[in-house]
Amino acid sequence: MNRQEVLRAYRQMRLARAFETKVAELYQKGRMGGFSHLYTGEEAVAVGALWPLRPDDHVLGSYRDHVYLLVRGTDPGAVMAELYGHSDGCCKGLGGSMHLYDRERNFHGGYAIVAGECPVAVGLGLSVKYREGDQVVVCFFGDGATNQGVYHEALNMAGLWKLPIVFVCENNEYAIGTSVERSSAERNLARKASVYGMPAEAVDGMDFFKMVSAAERAVARARRGEGPTFIEARCYRYRGHSMSDPATYRSKEEVEFWRGRDVLEKLRGQIRHDFEVPDEEFDGLDAEVREAIEAAVAVAEAGRELSLEEARKLVYVRP
Amino acid sequence: MPVLTYREALNQALREELARDPDVLLFGEDVAEYGGSFKVTQGLLQEFGPRRVLDTPISEAAIVGTAVGLALGGLRPVAELMTVNFALVAFDQIVNHLAKMYFMFGGQCPMPVTIRAPGGGGHQLGAQHSHSLEAVFSHFPGLKVVYPSTPRTAKALLLAAIRDDDPVLFLEHEGLYNDKGEVPEGLEPLPLGRAEVVRPGEDVTLVGYGRMARLALEAAEALEADEISAEVVDLLSLRPLDWDTVAASVARTRRAVVVEECWPRCGIGADLVAGLCDRVFWELEAPIVRVSGEDIPAPYARELEQACIPDPAKIAAAARRVVDA
Ligand SMILES: Cc1ncc(C[n+]2csc(CCOP(=O)(O)OP(=O)(O)O)c2C)c(N)n1
Repeated sequence: MNRQEVLRAYRQMRLARAFETKVAELYQKGRMGGFSHLYTGEEAVAVGALWPLRPDDHVLGSYRDHVYLLVRGTDPGAVMAELYGHSDGCCKGLGGSMHLYDRERNFHGGYAIVAGECPVAVGLGLSVKYREGDQVVVCFFGDGATNQGVYHEALNMAGLWKLPIVFVCENNEYAIGTSVERSSAERNLARKASVYGMPAEAVDGMDFFKMVSAAERAVARARRGEGPTFIEARCYRYRGHSMSDPATYRSKEEVEFWRGRDVLEKLRGQIRHDFEVPDEEFDGLDAEVREAIEAAVAVAEAGRELSLEEARKLVYVRP
Repeated sequence: MPVLTYREALNQALREELARDPDVLLFGEDVAEYGGSFKVTQGLLQEFGPRRVLDTPISEAAIVGTAVGLALGGLRPVAELMTVNFALVAFDQIVNHLAKMYFMFGGQCPMPVTIRAPGGGGHQLGAQHSHSLEAVFSHFPGLKVVYPSTPRTAKALLLAAIRDDDPVLFLEHEGLYNDKGEVPEGLEPLPLGRAEVVRPGEDVTLVGYGRMARLALEAAEALEADEISAEVVDLLSLRPLDWDTVAASVARTRRAVVVEECWPRCGIGADLVAGLCDRVFWELEAPIVRVSGEDIPAPYARELEQACIPDPAKIAAAARRVVDA
């Protein structure tokens, strides 16, 4: 990666972090409602996994989904307005935090049913194969999702049909309050996936460059028509499962340990060292990000909700 | 009389049944160490240990299937589905197995299974987390469906559900967990399939269940200002349904409004109207009116979502229409 590229990665991660920090603040002020699952701490996974993608590739994920859209280039204002429930949100305020969508950028959802996106990724992958395209589907889900029946059905079909899918498991160690050791008979989630006819590896999800190289290999394989890959990204969420979870099931030491390996700090250190980027340049990027967030909030604050009349028209394409 | 929240009343019922019957066990996602995602099972792991109170992976189909197997093994499982939305992931186990087995196997295998499932809308959770599925599950013979509205009925019905030899889907409204009410000490189980007249009245019967029964009561109070005396019937059980109590009330007031949180098509209200027409059509002074959830998937936006859920004003307006007809 050259200087310009690493700085772009840094900016994406900074934007992700700042966006989620702002969401937490606004949520606490009552500016938005529902469940809000923040991505703070896991930024390297999304930014790294999506790094090799082209705009015509497909992405889907779970309810912890704000950051995927930002990385794909959705206007932060459209995401923020969605969290406000406003009509200029990316789903017109009908989806909310857990159900984001951006057709234009091939982000195919935000699914609030655990593992619900996995078979949908199979369908998208099959559509690519059917049309003899070379697009790739990246499907994100958590460690908890690997205990769902439909997850296993989906991986089996993807492996069987050699579909162009990269399954990215964000193993942040917990499914709400239940740790992997207490929920999965096989702790090694890459191994758990490896029986479905696809290469599977565990990657340090707190290291942006390692995420990128794993994703590059998986995407290249998919483009060559060699089928799916499973990547277990070992990572950690700094906050509770959602805004309403105080996360008392984790020790302070554990959280401190992971925060001590913060991806943003680490990347900044690496870039500063390898490319001799001066602090002022980082400060400039940070300021730019702050402005982008302020602009997003302004968009959201200015909006309004759809009326019931308008919403009724969206139940069917042709009623 | 002790005052408890709906949540505490449910917790008390679970605690008493675990203590009373060694064949009762509790399991589900985050029910043990975490204390339940709505904190209904809090403290039970500490009191009864991991043999009686178990955490499971996120595997709804297997949770319900396990309950079926436990029942075959002679136990009385109480499974929690984190919310009723995820009952759809377990739909096959609930419908094709749990509900039919006793009948299909010639009455040889009772299914003393209780499935607890919180649900209902109103918290801006969007279309995948705000389902009101009571009508869907009430469709199936073999399953009993219960929906308590107050701390007292929550406790008494949960005691009954756990002791019942048939499978019971026990619905809890997420918007009621913090509601307080009197719960007598030593409360006995309330028989399943019995409705309660919770407010007597002369001019119109308001029929509701779960949170809708609470809203119907509020509407009845508001109607007093218009000198309309509304009787309120709380169904409590959606299957079996206490037609006698509902029909007797409507036959007396000669007018009815039925309130449902679910969607109107093929819903609880449609079923009630049809059943009442069968029973008391010639007593009616006016067509029965339904107040239902708006016929669209739950929107996330705050005011929009509120507009989609019945409220006391809509119920009172419907009652006025029926009385003026
Ligand atoms: C089918 C289903 N069951 C239960 C839930 C409730 N729930 C929401 S998130 C979650 C934990 C998921 O953990 P994981 O897959 O590890 O993802 P993470 O939140 O850690 O990113 C659960 C149990 C759900 N949304 N869907």
